Amino acid sequence: MYYFDPHIHMVSRTTDDYETLARMGCVGMSEPAFWAGFDRGSVESFRDYFRQLTDFECKRAAQYGIQHYTWLCINAKEAENVELSREVIAMIPEFLDCPNVLGIGEIGLNKNTKNESIIFMEHLDLAVKYDQQILIHTPHLEDKYQGTRMILDMLTSDSRIDPSRVLVDHVEEHTAREVLDRGFWAGMTLYPVSKCTPQRAVDIIEMCGAERLCVNSAGDWGPSKPTAVPDLIMEMRRRGHPESFIKKVVYDNPIEFFSQSQNFSFTPPEER
Amino acid sequence: MTSGEVLDREYLEIRAKILQLAASFDRLDRADGDVSSDDRSDLIRKGLEILQSSDDNRAEQIQLLFSREYEDVWREQFGI
Repeated sequence: MYYFDPHIHMVSRTTDDYETLARMGCVGMSEPAFWAGFDRGSVESFRDYFRQLTDFECKRAAQYGIQHYTWLCINAKEAENVELSREVIAMIPEFLDCPNVLGIGEIGLNKNTKNESIIFMEHLDLAVKYDQQILIHTPHLEDKYQGTRMILDMLTSDSRIDPSRVLVDHVEEHTAREVLDRGFWAGMTLYPVSKCTPQRAVDIIEMCGAERLCVNSAGDWGPSKPTAVPDLIMEMRRRGHPESFIKKVVYDNPIEFFSQSQNFSFTPPEER
Repeated sequence: MTSGEVLDREYLEIRAKILQLAASFDRLDRADGDVSSDDRSDLIRKGLEILQSSDDNRAEQIQLLFSREYEDVWREQFGI
């Protein structure tokens, strides 16, 4: 089955991973800008990173028939540095016309601080000004519930934000329903230890339904598994879900969400 | 899937997870010191109580147990 990984950090992965993903059916992916494992020192570091995302990574993916898209921002962890964040936000428009840029992301909260909230809202302003879709990171572990509620507060109090063009990522059992009930898209991240396992993600799909729900591997430089989406496909098959239902979750849904972006021009494999 | 099929499939996995928890608690008991007054120990005890309930949203309850509380006045507190 073909699938689309809507959240994966390929700058942290090897070219061998691209080959493996392609062999397992991955035909498209989107890569949000994120934390590199260390705090960057200047806006020029981000400019180089955005060049990597918009120029280099899509070529690397294309060698294996994978269409690569990306999202730009300064992540929540580095958003604690307000001065640097504002410099990065001011620079992002230089890249918004690149053909693989889908929008602003992954913005969000990390430790649910005042500075993170300020920069989150300034990213919202940027997205609105340039009519961009938004991809949102929600915090980890004990901070997730509080942070997700704060993010939803900020989104729903801004009448300029269209929920159908926003995906709130890393939802779990205690946050999925509220995100979906408020009209947003939701993403589940399949991680080996934190976030969701494939089994729990399928439980959530069975409880919440498949409308506006996506799954991703968020494969990155930490403990993560870039082939986690095929693991979910296998789990859904083992539970007897029909192929059409599985395809909706792993292929149709991300394409439906991304199709709202002006730069999304995905060609299905059968039409290539 | 029927509940019987789920049990057939997951019995050994559940057994292994319970065994792992038991071994972790034994390891804690064998170690020097006392963590019984540690807040995390209390959370673990409460988590085990949730597991033994018959509610149908135990995973969600466990998530909330290990979550910081949300206060809707956070914007006033931050002054934004």
